[in-house]
Amino acid sequence: MDAITLAKQLKANLENLLSEPTEFRGEVSMVLSDPERVADVCAAAKNEFGFDYLVDISSLDNYGEDPRFTIVYHLYGHEHGCYLRLKTDVGEERAELPSVIDVWKTADWHEREIYDMMGVRFRGHPDLRRILMWEGYPYFPLRKDFPLAGKPTDLPEVAFSERAPQAGGPFVTVAGGKDTISREPRVRIPETDALEMNARVERRADVKDAHGKGLGPGPIEKEGGRHE
Amino acid sequence: MGKGLGRGRSRRKAAAMSNSTDMLVLDPATRTSEALASGELADLHGEKMILNMGPSHPSTHGVLRIILELDGEIITRAIPDVGYLHRGDEKIAENMTYTQFIPYTDRLDYLAPLANNVAYALAVEKLLGIDKQLPPRCQFIRVICCELARISAHLLGLGSFAMDVGAMTVFLHTFTEREKIYNLCESLTGARFTTSYTRIGGLSRDLPEGWVEQCRKFLNEVVVNIDESETFLTRNRIFVDRTQGVGVISKELAIDYGLTGPNLRGSGADYDLRKKQPYLVYEQLEFEVPVGSKGDSYDRYLCRMEEMRQSVRIIHQCLDKLPGGPVNVADKKIVLPPKHEVMTKMEELIHHFINVTQGINAPAGEVYFGHENPKGELGFYINSKGGGTPYRLKIRSPSFVNLSILSKLLPGHMVSDVVSILGSFDFVMGECDR
Repeated sequence: MDAITLAKQLKANLENLLSEPTEFRGEVSMVLSDPERVADVCAAAKNEFGFDYLVDISSLDNYGEDPRFTIVYHLYGHEHGCYLRLKTDVGEERAELPSVIDVWKTADWHEREIYDMMGVRFRGHPDLRRILMWEGYPYFPLRKDFPLAGKPTDLPEVAFSERAPQAGGPFVTVAGGKDTISREPRVRIPETDALEMNARVERRADVKDAHGKGLGPGPIEKEGGRHE
Repeated sequence: MGKGLGRGRSRRKAAAMSNSTDMLVLDPATRTSEALASGELADLHGEKMILNMGPSHPSTHGVLRIILELDGEIITRAIPDVGYLHRGDEKIAENMTYTQFIPYTDRLDYLAPLANNVAYALAVEKLLGIDKQLPPRCQFIRVICCELARISAHLLGLGSFAMDVGAMTVFLHTFTEREKIYNLCESLTGARFTTSYTRIGGLSRDLPEGWVEQCRKFLNEVVVNIDESETFLTRNRIFVDRTQGVGVISKELAIDYGLTGPNLRGSGADYDLRKKQPYLVYEQLEFEVPVGSKGDSYDRYLCRMEEMRQSVRIIHQCLDKLPGGPVNVADKKIVLPPKHEVMTKMEELIHHFINVTQGINAPAGEVYFGHENPKGELGFYINSKGGGTPYRLKIRSPSFVNLSILSKLLPGHMVSDVVSILGSFDFVMGECDR
């Protein structure tokens, strides 16, 4: 039995809940019109059609569209070896749908992750806490309106609440400068690194000849340096 | 050391034996439990103790944290806490081209970067519709990479598992072989650890000269090492006592919790994506999938042992059959054209420019590709709206899913068994937390 046949049977069993199955790259997808029925449909898929393994649940943020979120379930049956993808849309105001944890236990952490990352809640989940971010974190980072660089939070005692150093910071190359050596991040770090850099320049006599004296961070006044 | 190891076990055995009446001498643990049962020590019935294990604990292999609620030495509740290594890989993926994400896959399961590279490349190629058109040489080399990664990951898993339950030698022994794998990786990819070897539609480079011979030499050495490691453990009394009957997962429970990889097969489910959903050239290769029967830590260990031998078998076949020809697909819109052509021809220069600045133009659509990684099913779900970057990339990491069973599995075990169970699960937090 192949996935498309199974999908059609599942659709026939559940009145008008599911859309016509579509196939892309050999994978069968169906859209469930009513997110409130997702637990029933999953239970039917598991109990009547042998989809005993929930591979994964993912979430999509269709930012700017309504309904905003799509929850994607990947199902697999160990007996028949067929995959099936179920999708259902959830609006932003409500952002809630029933949990499938009673159907497959593995949904537990998948649903917690979606809650953590997208802010979609699962009704009936026994322990819907954040899982990857820390408890009390105020944002949902996988939403499209959350910036890649992150947002500062006002939480006290959280070590990393600053913006991530995408521009600037000790390890970032700065534009400009007359050659690659002066652009190198280490040039801006004082003393020990500058000494190291000078030593490297010293060793590369050919580079030095080509660029003249003004190369690298310049001499550091220190008695008994490493150049002797 | 041996005394410390056997303790949890001997107490449990003693408790089981205490039903027989003809015992002459009771050990202290049994005396305590009997005293407790008779109410003699009622005032010692304190509150349950909360024990925090991790995030930096030698047996949590990275930054897993488990909060244990204990009644004496018995666990009554376990709450795993993950996320200490979360780097937002999925968010990062949405903001770069498909090719740019390849180095990030190295850092998922950092014990098997080659396998991650292959898994990710195959997922994107499935989206592009070219996964069946890869040149044969590329496919064979990718299989070799996956299996080398499997051996490497299992050797480490085995070594650290053995060390967790008290056998230090195995760790040092298996690391000798892993070092050789790293040398092979270095000559193959230029990097020992973060390989980034695959490209969408091919590989970053072909096999270097003499690599096949080096690889064969390694294979002949590693089988000896695996056999020796096995003599350290398989019939080792301490090891057997600490793993047999510990952390038993039934087949139904394993499937219900979505377990994959050796952890699932140890429970008797014959699910290996290389057989069930064959990709690359696995259909042309002969190998067997070891399956356990009891689902305890010992069976999971045995599965990994046999998998390494099967991997050796697979690589031997690949090296024998290795065809010639190109390693990249011919489509210049997917793979960067050779440098000398970029420098001399207009068309190639344009392809190169578009490929680097805008990325590969993928069609709109969605695909899921599951790959049999050393730890289990590593899946990539890619949702594309067309263009060079994924709209959403979800990583289904096997370690994340495998660990979710802990809160169900640990209660009823002793604290010392946690170490054995975690060791037998062989997880990687880089992949779990993404």
